[in-house]
Amino acid sequence: MDILSLANTEFFVASAIGILTAAGMYLVMRMRTFPVIMGVSLLTYAVNVFLFASGRLVIGAPPILTDAETYTDPLPQALVLTAIVISFGMTAVVVMIALGAYLGSDDDHVDDTVSEDAP
Amino acid sequence: MMHWIILPVVLPAFLAPFIVLAARYHIGIQRVISIVGILSLIAISAGLAWQASDGTVTLYQLGDWAAPFGIALVADRLSTMMVLLTSVLAFFVMLYSIGSNWDQRGRHFHALFQFQLMGIMGAFLTGDLFNLFVFFEVLLIASYGLMIHSGGNPRLHAGVQYVLFNLLGSTLFLFALGAIYAETGTLNMADLAQRVTLIDPAATVGIRIAAVLLLMVFAIKAAVVPLHFWLPSSYAEAPAPVAALFAIMTKVGAYAIIRVYTMIFPPDLAVTSGLFGAWLLPAALISLALGMIGLLAAKRLDRLVAFSVIGSMGMVMVAISLFSPAGITAALYYIVHSTLAAAALFLITDLVRAGRSNLDITAQSPIAGAVPTAALYFVAAIAMAGLPPLSGFVGKLLILNAGFETTTMAWIWSVVLISSLISVVGFARAGSTIFWKAASVPHPEDHTPAEPPSIMAYSAVGGLIVLLIAHTVLAGPMTNYANKMSTQLFQPDTYIETVLDTPGKLSGADAKEH
Repeated sequence: MDILSLANTEFFVASAIGILTAAGMYLVMRMRTFPVIMGVSLLTYAVNVFLFASGRLVIGAPPILTDAETYTDPLPQALVLTAIVISFGMTAVVVMIALGAYLGSDDDHVDDTVSEDAP
Repeated sequence: MMHWIILPVVLPAFLAPFIVLAARYHIGIQRVISIVGILSLIAISAGLAWQASDGTVTLYQLGDWAAPFGIALVADRLSTMMVLLTSVLAFFVMLYSIGSNWDQRGRHFHALFQFQLMGIMGAFLTGDLFNLFVFFEVLLIASYGLMIHSGGNPRLHAGVQYVLFNLLGSTLFLFALGAIYAETGTLNMADLAQRVTLIDPAATVGIRIAAVLLLMVFAIKAAVVPLHFWLPSSYAEAPAPVAALFAIMTKVGAYAIIRVYTMIFPPDLAVTSGLFGAWLLPAALISLALGMIGLLAAKRLDRLVAFSVIGSMGMVMVAISLFSPAGITAALYYIVHSTLAAAALFLITDLVRAGRSNLDITAQSPIAGAVPTAALYFVAAIAMAGLPPLSGFVGKLLILNAGFETTTMAWIWSVVLISSLISVVGFARAGSTIFWKAASVPHPEDHTPAEPPSIMAYSAVGGLIVLLIAHTVLAGPMTNYANKMSTQLFQPDTYIETVLDTPGKLSGADAKEH
């Protein structure tokens, strides 16, 4: 049996999205800036693969309309490009802000500290 | 083709880099450009609103590509009204930030402000879901910069929370979009509205998940409980003019819900029937109650106002979640009111800061300019709490009336009325402690009188209050217009036909392909 058959590929891609999402969610809930940012990055990877797969997986077909019988949907690939650029920029911003917050107050907790002014 | 529709997006997009590149070290020139830009935005959006007021739907195809292949901007009654509201709000907020010198306390305030406007305008005008995502990101990334404007550790800390929460929201948005695309093969709103009706009622799992995911994303933006956690800290810590501008951002979420869930997933659509009614109304009622209770429990004035925003968004969502024409009419009237009232309150919070070291709701010696500030607070609080005679009262009446004939009437009426009472107590307590009790606290020995806020700052807040009063006096025409908007929303055929049948490049190819 061909290990790279369409059914197997779909299984691998779906598992990858699931594992990335689960790991990302776990890290996000750690509530310290470094793990949270790592978690958000994993989540954005997961969503990028998910978007890519939303146009259905096709093996060995061009992403443009040609004379060939099958083709890959090119639109999700364009969407993924946009999403990658945006998530990259956003991650850079959050790293800078988190670094500023950490260096300023020597505290890398994401959640509010209980002491001062809860509501 | 009419090119005016793209101008609210393009104009700020050009002004912002110009401010950064050409007027970087000249605050005077930046201010002039900002004000002139916003004034022309008001003129353009007033023109658009005038044009859409008779019910015409105007389409702008970017690059002349026919929908659904190209991105479409659509101006109908609702979107032009929101655009006009944004530009008017931006004018007074900008006036305040100049009058209070907030724009000089950090760099690039004016450029970020313009980028923020660009994102908000685009989100209101776009007719494409993925484009909506992109404009959300534009407005968010500008808001990150504005939110931490002029720095400070508490602000940076709140900024981290705000950015991370919104990053998660954006990821969720992409998941929702991917799911919708996988199910329907399009992201153009008008095209989607047609295709979801073609989905086999026996295989609706995917589209139902996608619809709920999308609703969750917009609920994060609209700060509906339990997705509201980002709001109190970030709005309280943001610079006051920025928080006032953010008053429109929660409305972007409400707008998106109204748009998507009247056109793409209307309440009578078979594939998603019974999905949202079950939990959106309870969530909205809980946000309303929680916002008003938080308002009463707040120990600082800025947090009090932030919770009042959650409460008023809860009120808007109660009206929206009825998904009836009367409910949407009430929601639209209330959206205008609550944007203006929340912005005025945030600016007043900053006025209170003159001569006070903090915003704790405790009796401290009188602030500079206490009399006009107290008067403005009094009027804005009445409006926000929904007491007669101001527009909050009219809006609440409309919402109660819309909920009158539904099966959930008892819940809606009791929560709305009780939470209003709580908010009145909260506002009264804060106001009397800050303004009245202050008179009995003497100034310390070494007191040097603080500079009272400038006339310009007062006139900005006063302008918002005047708008609120106008919104009350013109409640009749405004309600009529809101009624027309909701009629247009519930009969989206014109919108869909305009978007899909306007010829452009590639038009007709759709028919061949499928």
